[in-house]
Amino acid sequence: MASLKHLLGIAGLNPVTVTALLDLAESYVLLNRSGKTQRDSLRGRTLINLFFEDSTRTRTSFELAGRRLGADVVNMSVATSSVTKGETLLDTAATLNAMNCDLLVVRHNRSGAPALLAEKVSAAVINAGDGTHEHPTQALLDALTIRRHKGRISGLTVAICGDIAHSRVARSNILLLTMMGNFVRLIGPPTLLPGSIGINGVEIFHSMEEGLKGADIVMALRLQKERMSSGLVPSSREFFAYYGLDRKKLSYAKPDALVMHPGPMNRGVEIDSDIADDDARSLIKEQVEMGVAVRMAVLDTLARSSEV
Amino acid sequence: MSTLFRKVSYLDEAAQNLVEGDLLVRDGLIADFGQNLGRPDGAEVIEAEGAILAPGLVDMRASLGEPGFEYRETIASAAQAAAAGGITSIAVLPDSQPPIDDPALVHLIIARGADTGSVDLLPYAAATRGLKGEELAEYGLLRAAGAVAFTDGGKAIASSRLMRLALSYASGFGARIVQHPEDAELAKGGAATAGARATWMGLPGIPAAAEAICVARDIRLAELTGGAVHFAHVTTGEALELIRRAKEKRLRVTCDTAPPYFDLNETAIGDYRTYTKLSPPLRAEEDRQAVLAALKNGTIDAIASDHQPRDADDKRLPFADAAPGGAGLATLLGITLAQVHNGVLTMAQALALLTRNPAEWLGIEAGVIAKGRKADLCLFHPERAWVVRAGKLPGKAQNTPFDGRALEGAVLGTWKAGKRVYG
Repeated sequence: MASLKHLLGIAGLNPVTVTALLDLAESYVLLNRSGKTQRDSLRGRTLINLFFEDSTRTRTSFELAGRRLGADVVNMSVATSSVTKGETLLDTAATLNAMNCDLLVVRHNRSGAPALLAEKVSAAVINAGDGTHEHPTQALLDALTIRRHKGRISGLTVAICGDIAHSRVARSNILLLTMMGNFVRLIGPPTLLPGSIGINGVEIFHSMEEGLKGADIVMALRLQKERMSSGLVPSSREFFAYYGLDRKKLSYAKPDALVMHPGPMNRGVEIDSDIADDDARSLIKEQVEMGVAVRMAVLDTLARSSEV
Repeated sequence: MSTLFRKVSYLDEAAQNLVEGDLLVRDGLIADFGQNLGRPDGAEVIEAEGAILAPGLVDMRASLGEPGFEYRETIASAAQAAAAGGITSIAVLPDSQPPIDDPALVHLIIARGADTGSVDLLPYAAATRGLKGEELAEYGLLRAAGAVAFTDGGKAIASSRLMRLALSYASGFGARIVQHPEDAELAKGGAATAGARATWMGLPGIPAAAEAICVARDIRLAELTGGAVHFAHVTTGEALELIRRAKEKRLRVTCDTAPPYFDLNETAIGDYRTYTKLSPPLRAEEDRQAVLAALKNGTIDAIASDHQPRDADDKRLPFADAAPGGAGLATLLGITLAQVHNGVLTMAQALALLTRNPAEWLGIEAGVIAKGRKADLCLFHPERAWVVRAGKLPGKAQNTPFDGRALEGAVLGTWKAGKRVYG
């Protein structure tokens, strides 16, 4: 069993830990499906979901994961606009320490905020997305989804398309996928795809036709509206024309290529509904299911590590 | 009242070689120096074999918290830190609250410096009224009040038109414009130098070229107007190359850098250490090397502390939200001496960068050891070791980017006009 104090990112994990987490998550998938959902490995433990940024799906996924393992789950939503930046972050840390929180799930719009909290709280901290840095549980659930469909999580060609520059999902996925021995292809307009993201095992493309060639998996990323207003992309229409995943562009990938999206989707911007809703090609719904299992595995592993 | 320093090393009159001898201070002035001055009656004797007696350091750029940000630092606490760092003159940035853009405020800063009794404060005045980058401040009146040069501090003068006017208008008073060399549009919202590190940490990046772009523009504007421009804290090889060529063309261009930019590179950010968040941000290793080369070959005229006091609340924030700036008074000498120990600079070069050069630039009677000069002195031991510790620095501001850095070279004592103010 892997031992972890916090889960702040995929950086810092190794293939053995990743595999152990995926194996444990796999067992939870079966349990969840069997309907025997009540477990008690986290009985008496307190899990706090601390969300400085709105996210119904990630919060709900962690909440469900915590409850299925028997934890007491508390949701704290702190709209960033109402707090004077991070000052509250450390005040919050002091409050959480006083509450004897065991597991702290944090989402924040600033890179490094969970790392800052981890220095100050006694709880195990799980990064549920920080700024444009990392979103490790998303990468783990994507890996689990891929492994279940392709039978392995190595030697595959995975294309990640769209707004790489602002995507924590992309960063965590690039780190995990290259660590496990896959080939990653990044595709997007140069304004959303910094060359400096290139590491071993990563190739950069600006054309979907070239980039998708031979891909086993195609991941589309959410494009925020503000990328248009800040001038990084002239319009969503042009973005869709060149980088939106539709049936024609998907045909450049392998015939059995599968489609993923971390959600929530902007239909008609980065992905066509026709593809998103095609159950033969799209794993998007299954990603959500895997999310709960992966988060159970992460919570369980961190709780065990803190017992030692 | 007199003081005799016995068997110390000091720079000879040409400021090229260290010579060992005695130095006598009488009535606040350097009275004599040479071999074996004997024991003048009533003189306090400082025995400091192996130590170096340098002119008090002249720090050509620091922000002090006062007025307006006393929670970060007061002039009194900054004076303490300066004395402990061997600094006896500080050119003070105008980015206080209110900003120094009025002759009365220039007088105030000078008077508050005199009150400390340990450090002369030489105020820069705002280049633009209220540091807003919109209209010129009153250069004539401010200069007459004692302003040493004009700058918007940590904010670049962004508008090309305004920079042209500033250089042109200031030249009529023989005054310099000091620029924070950073293209404001490219730097907006940035927290670290753009590159693999910033990308992977998820930090908004500022391309290193933002510095060279601003420097290139302003050199051209200096040429166009005949004005004098000084680039503060230059950090990139590309900008330094532009400055070197401008100097070759005999344009009125000068520059300085600060210890973080030749002692640290962007890897010091580590796991989001906000004490290393500076403006300009720490650079890649090639740029650090380029700064060292430019210190050695004389492209860089001086080393400034770039002191920016911040308190814990300014810094204990997610990296992108934390205030940039590092405390630098107490470490200015030690970090510079590290490059003497490394063999990059000679002791004479290092001391010139900290004393004579900035004093000449500021046009003040300081920075050299000469008979009849005010006895502003810094006695330090070049090999004595110490470790920089945030929380244990002299003065109030503790936000050092050098936390944990082991240094060789410690100040033993500081004298202001013959009076001992530290040690």
